[in-house]
Amino acid sequence: MSLLNTLPDYVLTTKTDELLNWMRKSSIWYMLFGLACCAIELMHTGGPRADIERFGATPRASARQSDLMIVAGTLTLKMALRTRLLYDQMPDPKYVISMGSCASCGGLFQLAYSVCDGVDKILPVDVYVPGCPPRPEALTEGLLKLQEKIMTERWLSRGSANREDVSAA
Amino acid sequence: MEALDIYQRLTGQFGARVLETVAKKPDPFCVIDPAAIVEVGRFMHDDPALAMDCLSNQSGVDYKDRIEVVYHLFSYQHRHGAVLKVKLPRENPVVHTLEEVWKSANWMEREIFDLLGVTFEGHSDMRRILLPEDWEGFPLRKDFVEPLEYHGISTVRESPIIRLDPKHK
Repeated sequence: MSLLNTLPDYVLTTKTDELLNWMRKSSIWYMLFGLACCAIELMHTGGPRADIERFGATPRASARQSDLMIVAGTLTLKMALRTRLLYDQMPDPKYVISMGSCASCGGLFQLAYSVCDGVDKILPVDVYVPGCPPRPEALTEGLLKLQEKIMTERWLSRGSANREDVSAA
Repeated sequence: MEALDIYQRLTGQFGARVLETVAKKPDPFCVIDPAAIVEVGRFMHDDPALAMDCLSNQSGVDYKDRIEVVYHLFSYQHRHGAVLKVKLPRENPVVHTLEEVWKSANWMEREIFDLLGVTFEGHSDMRRILLPEDWEGFPLRKDFVEPLEYHGISTVRESPIIRLDPKHK
């Protein structure tokens, strides 16, 4: 009926946006950045057992090369300003995973004078991973959720309007 | 030498400037006149019978009516320790630094200044050590009131379920 059915088997078809998303989700480079004990689990997640490099996620030492910031640990008010600075240095499209209780809401240290009660007070967060600290499996799940989210975006047709959805959420 | 013998030796050397000796176990201490702290420190460091070569800890305590600075001393040579305290007025707590006797006092005095607001006269670098430089107030003081925001970051977490924070009541 259509042109598609006349093509030979070795020809694959897709939409441009989906192709872009497929490439983006398979190369989420996260910033090598840890704040507290969650950073230890983050390192495990990058290590051979959980190995999120299977999904194309590899640590980068510079904010300017990163797509994803994993906020791993207690965010102090002093660090909050610096974290915001790092986030501003990342190129769009950029994503944030809030890893663990402390990054999500201040956690155990919520009432402390020096702690920022949640990274969502300074950055738009895409995925929250609960736990204290979350196991590597949990962080991997968070990364997969982020991949699902990336697949729903339409950067080619909607551009930076994708970003506004995140800030409003 | 036992701690009480050390305090006896101090009393013999400095007389009324050792204000009080408390034999309470497990940590007997003696209270020193704040004006004499450098002299006492120098003596304990140099005297061959005491040879306190290590200031293992220095801390501050807010007792609501006064602020105390506590010195934990240790001698590696004789394997004995001693605890000195000075009592300072809450309004203007000033004591001379012991930096010139034990170099390790430098950072510990900065921490006491940072958290309790005790000023150490003659200190080579009297700045905050942990909190941001633009922080207002001294958070370990009993009358410290947490500000509602820091650089536009709210310090209160609004939560419909968990109301741990007395600020909500």
